[in-house]
Amino acid sequence: MDPIKLLESTLSLAPFEYLREVWVAAGMNPALAKVITDVIGVVILASFCLLIVLFLIWLERKVLARMQDRIGPNRVGGKFGLLQTLADALKLVSKEAITPAGADKIAFNLAPILMVMTALLMWAVIPFAPGVIGSDLNIGLFYILAVSSASVVCLLLAGWGSNNKYALLGAFRAVAQMVSYEVPMVLSLLVPLILARSMQMGEIIAAQTIPFLILAPISALIFFISALAETGRTPFDLLEAESEIIAGFHIEYGGMKWSMFMLAEFVGTLFMSALFTTVYLGGWRFFGVENVVLGNIQIGNLLAMLVFFLKTFAVFMVFIWIRGTLPRVRIDQLLDFNWKFLVPLTIVLTMMVVILDKVLELNGIAGWNRAIVHLISNVVLAFITLELLRRRGRQIREEMEGSRQAGPDDHHDADGHGHEADHGHGHELAHAAGD
Amino acid sequence: MTAQQIIFIVISAATIVSALIVVTNRNLFHAALALMASFLGVAGLYVLLDAGFFAAAQLLIYIGAISILVIFAIMLTRRLMSASEPSFNSQWVMGLVASVLVFGLFLYVIIQAWGGAVAQTFPVLQAPMEAPGIADSIRALGAALVDPNGYVLPFEVASVLLLGALIGAIVVAQPEKKS
Repeated sequence: MDPIKLLESTLSLAPFEYLREVWVAAGMNPALAKVITDVIGVVILASFCLLIVLFLIWLERKVLARMQDRIGPNRVGGKFGLLQTLADALKLVSKEAITPAGADKIAFNLAPILMVMTALLMWAVIPFAPGVIGSDLNIGLFYILAVSSASVVCLLLAGWGSNNKYALLGAFRAVAQMVSYEVPMVLSLLVPLILARSMQMGEIIAAQTIPFLILAPISALIFFISALAETGRTPFDLLEAESEIIAGFHIEYGGMKWSMFMLAEFVGTLFMSALFTTVYLGGWRFFGVENVVLGNIQIGNLLAMLVFFLKTFAVFMVFIWIRGTLPRVRIDQLLDFNWKFLVPLTIVLTMMVVILDKVLELNGIAGWNRAIVHLISNVVLAFITLELLRRRGRQIREEMEGSRQAGPDDHHDADGHGHEADHGHGHELAHAAGD
Repeated sequence: MTAQQIIFIVISAATIVSALIVVTNRNLFHAALALMASFLGVAGLYVLLDAGFFAAAQLLIYIGAISILVIFAIMLTRRLMSASEPSFNSQWVMGLVASVLVFGLFLYVIIQAWGGAVAQTFPVLQAPMEAPGIADSIRALGAALVDPNGYVLPFEVASVLLLGALIGAIVVAQPEKKS
């Protein structure tokens, strides 16, 4: 084995191909060589995802602190508190692993493990750079949806296995939220899928000579909102609404078992950022940076990976930004917003894109012309939606003001409750229209 | 025995064992979990057959939706934390008859296939990993579903059935009008 060649192949992000070549030349069974390199690849990818969480938590705390005019962690690990999360993790590891009496041992202990597993499994189809992908399945996008739907099971396992009614109620809320927001998420991901004519991640990136964010901004926005809800982050962090339900489904968990839920949440959030990057921002594409060659090293792959991570972390920063900005919504608002607004809008959007894209294809319109037509149709749809919301908000407001002028005495007690609900709803709609 | 055959046997055994747990376990929640494991095993068999789309659909629909619904139904209707409970209806006779009939059907199909085209029915046993056209199988599947010469009629019938179920759900869930 030639170390310089190994270094060269590593810099062009293809060390496994080189290793396999060398091993097979040395007389190893090709299938065995493939298995060994695959296992190494899995270990590297999984460890990266787990270790980056240490950094992500630090980043989130620091950025949030800055937004709230605080300093944030600044004691452990130098001026910037870089080792704070490591210290926290060590503390969590050293805690006793408790299984409460009366808990279902299998369900209770299986839930955190499965949670982290599903969070890690999804990374298998994310392309980090040209050719650097766990497995470029022809059903890539569908695989992600399938695996992420399995994480709902973990919530139920945790909630039921804890033998605690608050945990169970928390799990019910969490499952209701995740199952509901899966619908707009799946439907909004249909749009880039239709635009790329493929579910394969490699082909979706190849189709994005113009990023899909320009072709499908509404779909991107809906996906982002659903991703917030799916990962259980503000303003949809009802899964762990400390002020309301203590801690939700993981109330009985402590130490490392609890931190595995946190781990899964952060891995999931970073994954959603990576998925957003891949599907809407063109993944590793950046003005043909992947074709750069330095000497006889294909350095472009490394640059492409850098671009991918820059985009991913930019999206992650938006996640943090939203956490620092928005208050939590109520559970009824959360479900209302999903079923009465997001789902109908996504269905209309998907049908519009399907018909429009077919018409454009039949007329031979492609490239920037196609992008501009799609953009205009999205803007028109957004305008119509906002106008409808505004009218509905005004209507509700007028009804409310009318009933207020009539005076409270004219109303039965039974009606009072209904008006209360209407009030909240109208305010929410008016607020949405005002935005 | 190839590695694929070993994997096939392990997955099938796990599927059958968890299916047995479903019907023998008296704890309803554990039975539901075993049902999920059994569904997962079937998804694994699909993967072995190179039907990745079906495996993902199995995971999404059977584990992500149907099992969750089953668990919700159990949690909202039965006593929640009771460790075990007696069987509360006597439909096991009908269940037995139905499963024997289905088993007979499967047996018949397998015996039919065994004589001639074993390779067609059991790609696992022949292991044609790099079969031509398999990479583009979902595109072919999608085209076949809307092809007049393919499966457009069953597809439409299934859609109408689902629409009917949807409307039925709305009717059932609608609050009764105050008179």
